[in-house]
Amino acid sequence: MGEKDEKLILDIQDLKVIYKTDIETVEAVNGISLKIEKGKTLGLVGETGAGKTTTALSILRLLPQATGRILSGKICFDGEDLLTKTEDEMRAVRGNLISMVFQDPMSSLNPVYTVGQQIGEAIKLHNHDLSHEEVEGRIDEMLQLVGIMPSRKAEYPHQFSGGMKQRVVIAMALCCEPELLIADEPTTALDVTIQAQVLAMIRELRERLGTSMLMITHDLGIVAQICDEVCVMYAGKIVESGTVEDLFRGEKHHPYTVGLFDSIPNISSRATRLKPIPGLMPDPTNLPVGCEFAPRCEHCMEICKKEKPQVYSEGTHKFYCHLFDSENLKTGGSENESK
Amino acid sequence: MFKKNKVNAETLDGYVSQGKWKEIWRRYKKSKGAMIGLIMMAAMAAVLILAPLFVSYESATTQDFSLMLATPSAEHIFGNDGYGRDIFARIIYGGRTSVAIALIATVTSCIVGSMLGAVAGYFGGRTDSLIMRSLDIFMSVPDILFTMAVVYALGANFVNLIVALTLAYFTNYVRLVRSEVLTLSEQDYVEASRAGGANGLRIILSHIIPNAVGVIIVNTTLNIAKIILYEATLSFLGLGMPAPQPEWGQMLSEAREYMRNTPHLMFFPAAAIIITACSVNLVGDGLRDALDPHLKS
Amino acid sequence: MHKYVIKRILFLIPTIIGVTLIIYFVMNLTPGDPGRAILGTGVPQEAIDAYNHNLGYDLPFFQKFLNYLYNMFINHDFGISYVTKQSVFAEIWPRYMVTLKLAFIGVVISALLGIPLGIYSAVKQYSLMDTIPSLVSFFLAAVPTFVLGLVLLYFFSLKLNWLPSYGLESWKGYIMPALAISIPTAAQNFRFTKSSMLEAIRQDYVRTARAKGAPESAVIWKHVLKNALLPVITQIGMSLGMLLCGAVVAEQLFSVQGIGSLIVERITFKDEPIIIAGTILISICFTVVMLIVDIIYAFIDPRIRAKYTKARG
Repeated sequence: MGEKDEKLILDIQDLKVIYKTDIETVEAVNGISLKIEKGKTLGLVGETGAGKTTTALSILRLLPQATGRILSGKICFDGEDLLTKTEDEMRAVRGNLISMVFQDPMSSLNPVYTVGQQIGEAIKLHNHDLSHEEVEGRIDEMLQLVGIMPSRKAEYPHQFSGGMKQRVVIAMALCCEPELLIADEPTTALDVTIQAQVLAMIRELRERLGTSMLMITHDLGIVAQICDEVCVMYAGKIVESGTVEDLFRGEKHHPYTVGLFDSIPNISSRATRLKPIPGLMPDPTNLPVGCEFAPRCEHCMEICKKEKPQVYSEGTHKFYCHLFDSENLKTGGSENESK
Repeated sequence: MFKKNKVNAETLDGYVSQGKWKEIWRRYKKSKGAMIGLIMMAAMAAVLILAPLFVSYESATTQDFSLMLATPSAEHIFGNDGYGRDIFARIIYGGRTSVAIALIATVTSCIVGSMLGAVAGYFGGRTDSLIMRSLDIFMSVPDILFTMAVVYALGANFVNLIVALTLAYFTNYVRLVRSEVLTLSEQDYVEASRAGGANGLRIILSHIIPNAVGVIIVNTTLNIAKIILYEATLSFLGLGMPAPQPEWGQMLSEAREYMRNTPHLMFFPAAAIIITACSVNLVGDGLRDALDPHLKS
Repeated sequence: MHKYVIKRILFLIPTIIGVTLIIYFVMNLTPGDPGRAILGTGVPQEAIDAYNHNLGYDLPFFQKFLNYLYNMFINHDFGISYVTKQSVFAEIWPRYMVTLKLAFIGVVISALLGIPLGIYSAVKQYSLMDTIPSLVSFFLAAVPTFVLGLVLLYFFSLKLNWLPSYGLESWKGYIMPALAISIPTAAQNFRFTKSSMLEAIRQDYVRTARAKGAPESAVIWKHVLKNALLPVITQIGMSLGMLLCGAVVAEQLFSVQGIGSLIVERITFKDEPIIIAGTILISICFTVVMLIVDIIYAFIDPRIRAKYTKARG
């Protein structure tokens, strides 16, 4: 905690988040830690319900007020813990230093304001001294940046297609040149061809503006294209993390990651069948005592049902799995970091 | 392999649908208001159904001028009205009629409205616009006026009151079911079953109705309360069941004359109406929250 | 856009004809005829038949209906009252104005009471300012207008003697009937506004606005309110229907000389021309208001506005 790492833009430590209603408590994020270096992109991969969006909303402190609660942990942005900030201080962060692109462009724009008004609002909120003309100029500039004709700024969201709306959302997120962009499955709701366009645009803008990025996705293809580092998330935990190299070229993997890879069709080994992961994610209101993945894991051992695994690492590549405990003994390679 | 999967899917389905009602009940139980409403409703139903065991119908209609406007006593726990009739008995027998009319009218309007709505939503096109345009016209007549006109024209009795209330209320269901059908027919599983060659009726019966049932139940419950209030209003205006048959609204209308000195004549029927409608609304709200927890938080 | 407006206005005509048809048809189901009702019982059957023939009462239903429509649209003639033997229109028009005045006062009061409370209680959900109005409005949903009216009458007129129990001679006379009809409607407006607000607050674009760094007040006033109040406009229009129904009861209760009390009073005398005309006139008022609401809505909601400016010129 003490030393401040100048290189890190985001440093999440042991974050725990629950959703509490009067009926049940959902353990959405269970002690995750992740780091993003300045200018780099981290991919957060996992199935729906793994806690990816919750992590993102926690960073902006935008969890649903009535239910969402951050139990413990730290979210250090540029060395400052966001969780200790006041609401006013957070407001100066949101949209200005950290912005977010949401999954569904259809619903993330307000239907009763023009896109120009909505981008303008984001600009004016963090640049009070700009004149009306300057704001308008900036709106035009942003629209051009994302490939929309500035003349369309007087149109309403429903007049745009899904891909165009997502461009508007991205323009809105980037208009204050944030240091960190959180993209929550930005292309999931779009057609494949549009996905590629939007993705290419995100990549280009990131290079041009030097923004760091947290890319949330369930698509390993996107990870390969865009990310520098990856965390694989399962049932509110990070099960494996490392560089993109580690994930795509590494020899060893967490069984869940193996399952993820086996679920994608692979052109080079067309003969082999797809191997979906059997079963469903555990009920987040009632998580297993041992490893969360144990009920679906084909390598499940006795210890997996009783104890949570610890971190095992090989250089930058980290695993949370008991399998590597026994392998450890054989290879004697990596050391055992205890929490 | 394929066969095994299929069996799994079916057992899973059964489990889910059985679990769904359990889950709804579990959520329903959590709400205090909903449980109070349910208990009140059950108590009311018990009293109304078992009433003939405590009081005879005659005591609701027998006039006894020695007991005119008597205040509550041990023998007549709610007192007596302007004709010396026992108010408790009148409340009970009035309630039996009013609640019966409301329940039957709710069910008939639900059936008529849902069928029209399903037809409009499923077939679309000209059928739909014909039904919906006629409905617009129907809905342009404020409902109490329409019921008044129908009751006046047909004459006030049990069946005609039901007919009148049904005509005023079925419109709600047409809109509701139509929009449900429109949303549901766009769902993938309906598309899939259509692609699989299922015909219109089968799709409506096996996919659309079961899925729309939650919304219909909630609306039906809330409608019962509205119809009870409307029925009371009609009888207050003199368009209810013919005398000497007691009714809550008509009791209140009679109580007006004696309002200055004997307000208890007014109090009991008013309380009966409010308590009934409140308990039905509590149950309806509870059901709505239990069926769609999303709406609550 | 104006094409849409014209189209909607033109649709008013079939609607009014349809409404008239329904009411005229229903009222035709009653036994009895105008000759008997107007001339009385002591008159020979031939005279009654002749009278009915003169009126065109022995014509087939549709012909009678068309005559009625013609007289209604062209001559403002709704026939002759069976009771007063006077022109229905002359008798009903002044009372119609009284009812409209009452109902529109009701629209204003119920909107001013219900909508701000609904907004406030959605924003402060689960606070005291939410639970108390919510409980009150829940309770009011179970109280029929006439019970509320009786309670007002009992306390303000009989016990406290503050307000007159009947008539509209002074402004004080309006207070109780207006309150009796607008309080239940205000409760409904409250519930509607609140749920519309809560629905809007839940939308993704509200989260987007927060993610931009907009302060909570701007999120509510700019993003939530404008979306939430669009359906409320329709609700206000719909509430007029409820208020007109309430007016029928309240006029009866407070002896207000409006169209509702006239209809109720004449039902006892089987004065059909008055009942038909009254019901039609009230329905026309409701239809026209709903039309205005539709047009206002189309002008305010960019989605609908764009649909018609683009697709239909």
